[in-house]
Amino acid sequence: MTAETKTGIGARVARLEDGRFLTGRGNYTDDINRHGQVHAHFVRSPHAHASFTKVDISAALKVPGVVAVLTGADMAADGVGGLPCGWGVVGKSGVPMKEPPHPPLAVNEVNCIGDAVAVVLAETKDAAKDGAEAVEIDYKELPAVASATAALKPGAPLVHNDVPGNLCYDWELGDKAAADAAIAKAAHVTKLHLVNQRLVANPIEPRSALGEYDRATDSYTLYTSSQNPHVIRLLMCAFVLHLPEQKVRVVAPDVGGGFGTKIFHYAEEAVVTWGAKKVGRPIKWTADRSEAFITDAQGRDHVSDAELALDKDGKFLALKVKTVADMGAYLSTFASAVPTYLYGTLLAGQYTTPAIYVEVKSAFTNTVPVDAYRGAGRPEATYLLERIVEQAAREMKIDPAELRRRNLIQPNAFPYQTPVALTYDTGNYEAHLNKALEIGDYKGFSGRRSDSAKRGKLRGIGLSCYIEACGIAPSAVAGALGARAGLYEAGEVRFNPTGSVTVFTGSHSHGQGHETTFAQVVSDKLGIPIDSIEIVHGDTGRIPFGMGTYGSRSIAVGGSAIVRAMDKLIAKGKKIAAHMMEAAEGDIVFENGQFKVQGTDKATPIAAIAFSAYVPHNYPLDKVEPGFDETAFYDPANFTYPSGTYICEVEVDPDTGVVQVAQFSAVDDFGNIINPLIVEGQVQGGIAQGLGQALVEGCVYSEDGQLVTGSFMDYGMPRADHIPKYNFAFTNTPCTHNPLGVKGCGEAGAIGSPPAIINAIIDALTPLGVTDLSMPATPVRVWQAIQSAQKHAAE
Amino acid sequence: MSVTVKMTVNGKPISAQVEARTLLVQLLRDTLNLTGTHVGCDTSQCGACTVHVNGKSAKSCTMLAVQAEGAAVTTIEGVATNGTLHPMQKAFNENHGLQCGFCTPGMVMSALDIVRRHPDPTVEQIKHGLEGNFCRCTGYHNIVKSVQAGAKAMGG
Repeated sequence: MTAETKTGIGARVARLEDGRFLTGRGNYTDDINRHGQVHAHFVRSPHAHASFTKVDISAALKVPGVVAVLTGADMAADGVGGLPCGWGVVGKSGVPMKEPPHPPLAVNEVNCIGDAVAVVLAETKDAAKDGAEAVEIDYKELPAVASATAALKPGAPLVHNDVPGNLCYDWELGDKAAADAAIAKAAHVTKLHLVNQRLVANPIEPRSALGEYDRATDSYTLYTSSQNPHVIRLLMCAFVLHLPEQKVRVVAPDVGGGFGTKIFHYAEEAVVTWGAKKVGRPIKWTADRSEAFITDAQGRDHVSDAELALDKDGKFLALKVKTVADMGAYLSTFASAVPTYLYGTLLAGQYTTPAIYVEVKSAFTNTVPVDAYRGAGRPEATYLLERIVEQAAREMKIDPAELRRRNLIQPNAFPYQTPVALTYDTGNYEAHLNKALEIGDYKGFSGRRSDSAKRGKLRGIGLSCYIEACGIAPSAVAGALGARAGLYEAGEVRFNPTGSVTVFTGSHSHGQGHETTFAQVVSDKLGIPIDSIEIVHGDTGRIPFGMGTYGSRSIAVGGSAIVRAMDKLIAKGKKIAAHMMEAAEGDIVFENGQFKVQGTDKATPIAAIAFSAYVPHNYPLDKVEPGFDETAFYDPANFTYPSGTYICEVEVDPDTGVVQVAQFSAVDDFGNIINPLIVEGQVQGGIAQGLGQALVEGCVYSEDGQLVTGSFMDYGMPRADHIPKYNFAFTNTPCTHNPLGVKGCGEAGAIGSPPAIINAIIDALTPLGVTDLSMPATPVRVWQAIQSAQKHAAE
Repeated sequence: MSVTVKMTVNGKPISAQVEARTLLVQLLRDTLNLTGTHVGCDTSQCGACTVHVNGKSAKSCTMLAVQAEGAAVTTIEGVATNGTLHPMQKAFNENHGLQCGFCTPGMVMSALDIVRRHPDPTVEQIKHGLEGNFCRCTGYHNIVKSVQAGAKAMGG
């Protein structure tokens, strides 16, 4: 099934959607304007924690151009509900998580900087900003807490008065007694304290929302920069605005990057939709970057202590992990699932560790909410595991590649039940380990280290063997674990009468290239030219349903739904073809776009079958309905489990602490690959984000909850000159339970790369006595680590 | 305070009444409906708003419309000719130098300016030249390849 044609499955097709983006014809939410629209500017809290009793809008209403000012009291008066959380986590002893209310516009209390208190609507964006300056709020500052570890200490200020100790949940997974017993008798125990720092996703398109109300039909349209318009419609209608879903259309047009942070249902979406009816005009809002820094849900923010027990030969006996996770001020849409079911379940990694126990305490703090960011829980698990494995290798003086090899799950052990709930369907971890060692020239490292030393540089090498659970998710499993939604996907494949095909998918592309990848799948399966296929996504008014794009699920779940819809079309086509060619249905086969009568030279192209289905003059109306249009919902049988081995080499300048990634070798097993050009791009982008986390990115709050890194002046972003020389390769163990044998590739790079990079830096600095280093490894941090190790050695 | 600005945009003379505080990017997007030029930040870091003013790249979020009085401004909409992609645009497509497309107009405008300054740019010159343009999707690797290929195609 690979690359028979230049546009089929496996072909490096240049993207079909590029034309509009390259010529300025893209259509992002902020590019859309509706007749009579007003512009919204939100009045946001400058305090991390404060109460207020009065929002004085009188001066704002006098500002030229201001049309209206709406507040939390107005929303409450209209019965508007709070923003919901989509995943209910149950903690130890069956204690449900705490879910404090999250009104779209604050009522009497703000709990983090950026909390919206009012919205000013005006004829221009600048007038709305002017109006916002004139809104007066009688804030009374309250004590604030800005980190999860501080929030869980006795006596910490309470973020929400009805959440004792700021504890959202105290959750556990695995066998504590078994892990403790194994640790007690182990030949060696490696211990590690790790911080996985908070990050800001920073898609280059800031979030935007445009709400419109049609009084003729009493219905609403919301344009929004979202990864999952149907989910937004569902959450907003059912929980927040209490509107009938059929009266609300949500459109996510071109979206300029998501990385998780555009999954969630945000306050602004509800406010512009609700407000559009209230003021009788469309309302448009687009975030400034500074506003994005304080309103987009942020990512990561774990503090962990881990113990890895090994026998004398380096076999892993047990892993025990304690993690504190920061939820921020409110529970964002999927926040609760990230440090639990997307994290604890991944702690087996690629290894046969028999006993694993993890406990996670999640805390509320007076900071911006934290939720899924590229990888979501899986990068945190991988960072912890791959750091501690490499640390153990150093301590036991075993080559880190060899130590991993001794513990890998073997190819004949699948399906493999881990001690932390997941069943891996397939994989061959040694294959990508070997391939990575080969393309990264692992054996030649010592020579390169000597060369670097001659130039006064310290060279280090680091590995990371990652696994992730993607293709989220089997609905029944997710539901049993607390998901409050199904996680299937919908696809509709419509043959038009004249032979072109329109595909409607619930997946959403915000850079992933679905308009090309999905078209390749359809072209390949139906045997029709790729340029006669159009992929439609991002509009609840056109697409049957959808759960959207996150968790590297689009091809594995959304693609599978499209395949199932095509299967239905082909099955129907066989009935029509049998009638047209006067043959038995059982004798009809479908190959290369033709329905053929087996054993004869009779054949009819699928386009002719489609035409006859719309013009059914000679048609088996007693057996099938007219029309050639099928829909399928696909619910996956399991997660998919992409895996890979990454090897990073760095050069450190000991005088300045500057780290240069010298080369990066990545071997990934994504199962079957539809478009290698696009998949390589996903890996490169993911690695750049992982490199950003490892070297430059970090979201920092002051102790009183002010965001210190609130702009691109202060928050380090990876730039072109951070990017190393790459070596890429793929291995392939096809997924066993979906029709395309695919696993998903969107998050791997961000999951696998940070530990490889940090391991490499620590390896480079080991000769100087450095044993630990936190992300981001900025020059100052590396330089300080060197100075401190040398001072320690001198004492 | 309202002022009149006149300039040439993508070869066409334009005249508009704007508030004095109007930024060039606001004039392009809101008044002229040239929405290919994007705004990705408010601190002049991201480069999504990059256009050419009198042939040189400029961040249109960081200049007032009145500062472009009398200038020749080129936006991404003015790069292709008669529906045919410019070699640099073609190179971005062939080398998968874009994903979500939001930074892309600025990247292409900066790339053209790099080639103006360095007709046969080295990888280092390209990376340095893209310092002022953020991309969150591609990891830059394919953007650098695209600029190399585009430069070659323009020279050839």
